[in-house]
Amino acid sequence: MIEIKNLHATVDGKEILKGVDLTIRPGEVHAIMGPNGAGKSTMSYVLAGRDGYEVTEGSVTYYGKDLLALEPEERAAEGVFLAFQYPVEIPGVANTTFLKTAANAIRKHRGEKELDAMQFLKLLREKTKALNMTDDMLKRAVNVGFSGGEKKRNETLQMAVLEPKFAILDETDSGLDIDALKIVAEGVNALRSPERSMLVITHYQRLLDYIVPDYVHVLSAGRIVKSGGKELALELEKNGYRDFGASEAA
Amino acid sequence: MTALHPMTYSTRGADPTTAPALLAPLDRVAGDLPGAGLSWLRDLRAQGRERFAAVGLPTIKNESWRYTNLRDLAKLSFQPAGAAQSSFDLLPTVRPEGEDGPRLVFVDGRFRADLSSTDGLPPGVELLSLAAALTSHGDLLAEHLGRLAAADDRPLVALNSAYLADGPFLRVPAGVQVERPVELVFASVGSDAAATAFHPRTLILVEAGAKAVVVEHHVGRGAGTTLANHVAEIVVGEGATLHHYKSQREARGAIHLSHIAATVATGGHYDNFILTTGARLSRNEVVSRLDGTEARTHVSGGYLARGNQHADTTTLIVHAQPNGTSREVYKGVIDDTARAVFQGKITVCPGAQKTDGYQLNRALLLSDSAEIDSKPELEIHADDVKCSHGCTAGELDDNALFYLRARGIDLETARGLLIGAFLAESLEEIAEPSIRDAFQGIVAGWLEEQR
Repeated sequence: MIEIKNLHATVDGKEILKGVDLTIRPGEVHAIMGPNGAGKSTMSYVLAGRDGYEVTEGSVTYYGKDLLALEPEERAAEGVFLAFQYPVEIPGVANTTFLKTAANAIRKHRGEKELDAMQFLKLLREKTKALNMTDDMLKRAVNVGFSGGEKKRNETLQMAVLEPKFAILDETDSGLDIDALKIVAEGVNALRSPERSMLVITHYQRLLDYIVPDYVHVLSAGRIVKSGGKELALELEKNGYRDFGASEAA
Repeated sequence: MTALHPMTYSTRGADPTTAPALLAPLDRVAGDLPGAGLSWLRDLRAQGRERFAAVGLPTIKNESWRYTNLRDLAKLSFQPAGAAQSSFDLLPTVRPEGEDGPRLVFVDGRFRADLSSTDGLPPGVELLSLAAALTSHGDLLAEHLGRLAAADDRPLVALNSAYLADGPFLRVPAGVQVERPVELVFASVGSDAAATAFHPRTLILVEAGAKAVVVEHHVGRGAGTTLANHVAEIVVGEGATLHHYKSQREARGAIHLSHIAATVATGGHYDNFILTTGARLSRNEVVSRLDGTEARTHVSGGYLARGNQHADTTTLIVHAQPNGTSREVYKGVIDDTARAVFQGKITVCPGAQKTDGYQLNRALLLSDSAEIDSKPELEIHADDVKCSHGCTAGELDDNALFYLRARGIDLETARGLLIGAFLAESLEEIAEPSIRDAFQGIVAGWLEEQR
């Protein structure tokens, strides 16, 4: 279980999160929606442990552990996964090398045996098939020369390989056309399980047609101002965010 | 040989008061130097000695030495290298396990026949110590030694000539292809008691249409101060190819100075790659002259420095004839308070039309106190040429680091992945996959090394 309590965070001295409370149980999919500038991406970076995002108040308890005390790699090893809004290009590092290094780092942390090249390749083949990814995308440098859709598929592949307990999907729909969105959403849905929680962060309701959440929360000006079921997303689609003190111009 | 352009460095700013300390050991060894009966050699040594005595070590007042200060060297008192009896359980190699091949080993500049081998050389190829070659190939040596590496304007070459005694000699006769790499191992051992200096001279002749791969390993052991002052003269004949690779991974007490002077005849290829990870202070000078048409030289490398290391790479490519191609790809990784220097000059002589020159130097700074001084220089006296150079200095990409860590990869491993990826572009310049792998292994070792 993930319990976020009264979470305050600043970036460059400016307070962005102003007391977020949220509890996510195993197997649940929560969506956080909100206008630009509400603090959605800050929320995902704070949970993943990025430098420069300072927590000034509050706590995040992750399966009994103080998540905020862990380094980013320790969080990942404990099962936290952030699917990036803008996946990073890393020239010179082959995608396969990257995936294998990551998978084995996490296996090691979990006390599992590391996979050799053959075993890993077999695992990778299984996982890529579902995502319609080519071998070429595995051989190329991480995200280098990937289209928007390919980058998001690559994020989903990483999630499938690393099998997190808690996946945060940051604006996964951004930059995707409808076909690419469907492929990615199918990939994500295939990973839904009673043990795995997800936090889907999005500006638009569209993504939630494909990844249907159990709960929807509205984040505005650094606080969750309304929570409800999946029907709340439809309501937001109709009325926009102006009821929550944000201008729709954003 | 065409000599019509300023390929040389002035000796302005040299300091004669530094000469006696470096020449003192010479009086103790002069009587034992090989080839005493050869007048040309006596002259070469005497001229070297005279020249060095007159100018001493270069100082930072000399434009070419502005970023590399030999001041500390001038304060040391040197003893000549001892008998070098050390044993070696494991000699460095790029060969796959179980494969042997030609190799010459020098310990503190002295040839070690017991550790050397000429196995696997095709008939006609000559690989022996220079000291022995003075007897067997006196005329050939007389013709070449001191020709490419001129002592009058390079004090350290003069110093090397003053002590000229030994080093590797390789001659590949016309048309012969040497398949297995020829390995040259230079081990600096020295002593804990006093600073030890040695001045090896290398001569490599690859005749018309011949091909060879030479791999140099410069290794060290012990904590004593050593000065290795290398000079190599390399002649690549018409249509000949020499791939010349060097790994300098001497100990932290070492000072490594090296001057490589190569000439490439029509249609010849000279490719040089130097990987620097060792020595407290190092300077690698590479001068590659395209003295024939349609000649090619690729001069590249990687320099990795940490702690208080100082690594200087100074190259000069001379396009003396038309239709030549030169390419330089250097990558540097600098950590802690280490400092690296890259000076790369391309000279295109009048008439060297259709020259294609390319130079790239990229440095990665891993700490706020790390420093790179980069000085690219183009000097073009022909109007139909293509020459470009690029220089960058940057830090590790924070976004990439976070991305890797967010996937469970610890900080050190993530940094290693990114540094390895950064260096890959230069290591790809090594044509032979097995040698590239071996050099990549040296980089991996550097990354894992405890500071």
